[in-house]
Amino acid sequence: MKLTVNGISHELTSPPLATLLDVLREELGITSPKAGCEQGGCGSCTVLVDGEPQRACLTPLAAVDGSEVTTVEGLGSPEELSAVQQAFTHHYAAQCGFCTSGMMIAAEAYVARGGTDDHEAIQEALGGHVCRCTGYVKIIDAVAAVARGDSFDLTTTAPSAGMTNLGGVS
Amino acid sequence: MTQATEVLLPASPDEASEQFGDGDDVTVIGGGTIVVPELTHGRLVPKKALLLSRAGLDTLAHQGDTVTIGAGLPVHRLAELADDAQALAECALNVADYEVRRQGTVGGNVCAQPGPDAPRGDLQGPLLALDAVARSTGAGGERSEPLEDFLASRDGRLLLDLSFERPAASAFAALRYPHTHAYTVLAVSGVRTTSGETRLAATGVAEHGVRLHRAEGAVDDRGVAALADVELADDALASAWYRERALPVLVRRVLATLEEAA
Repeated sequence: MKLTVNGISHELTSPPLATLLDVLREELGITSPKAGCEQGGCGSCTVLVDGEPQRACLTPLAAVDGSEVTTVEGLGSPEELSAVQQAFTHHYAAQCGFCTSGMMIAAEAYVARGGTDDHEAIQEALGGHVCRCTGYVKIIDAVAAVARGDSFDLTTTAPSAGMTNLGGVS
Repeated sequence: MTQATEVLLPASPDEASEQFGDGDDVTVIGGGTIVVPELTHGRLVPKKALLLSRAGLDTLAHQGDTVTIGAGLPVHRLAELADDAQALAECALNVADYEVRRQGTVGGNVCAQPGPDAPRGDLQGPLLALDAVARSTGAGGERSEPLEDFLASRDGRLLLDLSFERPAASAFAALRYPHTHAYTVLAVSGVRTTSGETRLAATGVAEHGVRLHRAEGAVDDRGVAALADVELADDALASAWYRERALPVLVRRVLATLEEAA
């Protein structure tokens, strides 16, 4: 079976019922999707499959054979963060970081489908994502900022270089 | 674990029916939202897994006033039926969250056995009120029957599609579900048919959704009458005591909405 992950195509050896989460983390070593509840309820494993956010922990590999997968690693790079990654940095929207990858993937999809900065709409879009630090206020602020098209000067807002390593918890 | 499982990936509805056969030892995986965690956590080790993701069952068709929903249709697409059956569209948007609604299928929702802590199958409510016809295959071949009968005998069946006649009006009322629980504590759906008949159904009141026949036939307070249609139980989401008080309220809300639509 095959997957294109962050623009690179891979021939895979995992069994057909292996979850996409296991394939990404164990076979490909891509650790931004997190194994949280592993039953679809926490959102931390969410990745883009052909542009739409999907729970990697609920997805058998065989069901997405041939698809294009994007993880946080594919949104931007440490040198050139995507707008969502910049907004999460600027608004301090990551605390422990465990939910951050899933939140950013959901935010990316929300903005891509024309989502506005309406807080209720953002809450609905992120409704499947649990932040165990309860840092929702800043997360929603960050998504609203991207939806509004805000621009960020991270040289003046980031407290340390480490802050730009969003989704780095493995 | 997974290597011992024979994985079947049908490419058409006919192939799915053929590979399902009598359903013996076959675990059906629609969107995967219910079954995959069972595999991940080792609670289920299927002999055969029938993956429906490419079986072409994700159809949604209108023929005159009849709407037919393929069992593989992702739940979120029911939102397209807001003009045909508002209750079904509203109920679908109340299921789980954005991502899970895109992945979970109508068939999986309707066929799901009760979870360890609460009943599943929110869509059963509006579909029962719509008096949907379930077409399934399995031992003895294909058959079509009212959803109410199908729910009572769904073991060993592969649901293919559900169809219903567009009603004159429909309504849905639910208690809000607690975060991280994808299923409603209690929900009521109602339909007024083009011939003026009222049909009511509830979920969260038994192992699967039920028609509220007594409430439908009642002349007085249909909300209270509905209590005779159900056997309420305590579960992780709510007590029977609470449900007993909430059910009549939801029934009255649904009836009021139907009346407004008249």
